[in-house]
Amino acid sequence: MLDAMLSFELLRNTFYTGLLVGLIAPLLGTFIVVRRLSLIADGLSHVTLAGIAFGLFMQKKYTLLFFTPFHTGIFFAIGGAIVIENLRSIYKAFQEIAIPITLSLGVGMSVVFIALADGINTDIFAYLFGSVAAVSRSDLYVILFTSVFVIFVIIFLYKELFALSFDEEFATVSGIRAKLIHYLFIVMTALVIAASIRIVGVLLVSALMTLPVATAIRVAKSFKQTILYSIIYGEVAVITGLISGYYLEIPPGGTIVIIAAFLLGATLLAKKFYFSYKYKG
Amino acid sequence: MGQLIEVSNVSHRYDRHLVLEDVSFSIDEGAFVGLVGPNGSGKTTIIKLLLGLEKLQKGSIEAFDKPIQKFANKGHISFVSQKANSFNRGFPATAKEVVGMGLTSKIGYFKPSQKKLEYLIFEALDLVNMMEYANTNIGDLSGGQQQRVFIARAIVNKPSLLILDEPTVGVDTENVENFYKLLSDLNKQLGISLILVSHDIGSITTHVTDLLCLNKTIHYHGNPSDFESMTDEQRSQLYGHDMHTITHDH
Ligand SMILES: Nc1ncnc2c1ncn2[C@@H]1O[C@H](COP(=O)(O)OP(=O)(O)OP(=O)(O)O)[C@@H](O)[C@H]1O
Ligand SMILES: [Mg+2]
Repeated sequence: MLDAMLSFELLRNTFYTGLLVGLIAPLLGTFIVVRRLSLIADGLSHVTLAGIAFGLFMQKKYTLLFFTPFHTGIFFAIGGAIVIENLRSIYKAFQEIAIPITLSLGVGMSVVFIALADGINTDIFAYLFGSVAAVSRSDLYVILFTSVFVIFVIIFLYKELFALSFDEEFATVSGIRAKLIHYLFIVMTALVIAASIRIVGVLLVSALMTLPVATAIRVAKSFKQTILYSIIYGEVAVITGLISGYYLEIPPGGTIVIIAAFLLGATLLAKKFYFSYKYKG
Repeated sequence: MGQLIEVSNVSHRYDRHLVLEDVSFSIDEGAFVGLVGPNGSGKTTIIKLLLGLEKLQKGSIEAFDKPIQKFANKGHISFVSQKANSFNRGFPATAKEVVGMGLTSKIGYFKPSQKKLEYLIFEALDLVNMMEYANTNIGDLSGGQQQRVFIARAIVNKPSLLILDEPTVGVDTENVENFYKLLSDLNKQLGISLILVSHDIGSITTHVTDLLCLNKTIHYHGNPSDFESMTDEQRSQLYGHDMHTITHDH
């Protein structure tokens, strides 16, 4: 099964990208879920879509080849991340207001640029729902670099990120530079979203960051275990989703998310039966 | 004995609302200070100023002989917040992991070994009698047990000063007594200075060494036994009108 994927370079790149994304999306997703930022990931992914549409438009209009739509997507995501963090500190009491603002602005800009770039075509479709085809070697390197960066930061700042997610006030008092780390965190989120969009697409990227975590939380006994299980669930969903998507000729975003949701349902059921069995005797 | 905290002529307002007016007091090393006052009297505000969570507007605060603006807290001051048990109950963290958060300032370039950190965590859990719950999820503990875990988190780094903002809310009477006993031990045996915020004067006077009554300004600062021997009338004059209604005898 894997043969075909691994013998064509482009497919192989897709597979490696999947492996990386299946790791970093749930890894960062664990922090996103416990900080209740799941919907902000959705806002950011739509800003990223605007960046991609902008890149497609520029490509069409000026045949810019140095910056691909993937690159402009990353730039927009980072810009959007900084806007979101500022909105969140301005509207301290109701931080979720950052979601509709960025989400609608992202969709609005996407529509404009897509129209300017002559409407929906297969490229846009691939970005919306993910694709098994065509991850170029240079894109793979960008995603590899992103992953190494994210993993490195999380390992190095693990205690800080963990303490801030649990109790911001206490973390601040113990000398953690909350503001700086919040910015770093949201920029990492933007990078992970931009990277994941290659595989799962704009509309489903937040699902890859939250579904595995939602499953893991039900079975893990500690925060570290939650991270570990999230990554395992994430990788299983991405690998099986990519392969089945390839053979069934379905965008992998759909298959990955359905498998992730299936894992969640199966875990919840298994847990329920386990407990009712345990208490019956 | 040195001074840990020196507050001079501090006033503070939120928008136009004046909450603290010309507040001055100091806290000696080794003291166990009870900070009391009715709701809205500015207790949490003064604590936040001490912790650098609220920006100083007027007056000056020195902590460990440094102006508070320049004081970088490297584990000297720790606290248990008034909202400590209003955290996200579904948070997937064990008691042990929560206590470990108190060690963040220890981690940096000179990172102690994992073993040493683990030892400190268990030591703190043992002090608050929560050893057997080390691997229990924080959300699965009772309110009083959570409070103990938060205290362990606050003392795991061996602070010189521990500030507790109404830590006994939601803890039953029997456990409140145990809790004050625990604080006394921390104070006497480990030499940690304490500031305990409360609106229940009656139950803390027997434990504290200093009593500080705040209602926008400081109405009384001194020995709790002198305060106890006053008549209700004298006290209400010092403290504000509704004081005697929350005093009860033990
Ligand atoms: N962030 C804020 N913004 C505006 N006003 C505030 C803020 N925090 C506190 N206040 C006001 O300042 C006053 C003092 O509040 P503070 O929290 O210091 O009181 P407290 O003595 O701790 O009360 P309690 O016993 O209820 O905890 C209150 O009238 C409150 O409404
Ligand atoms: Mg208060």
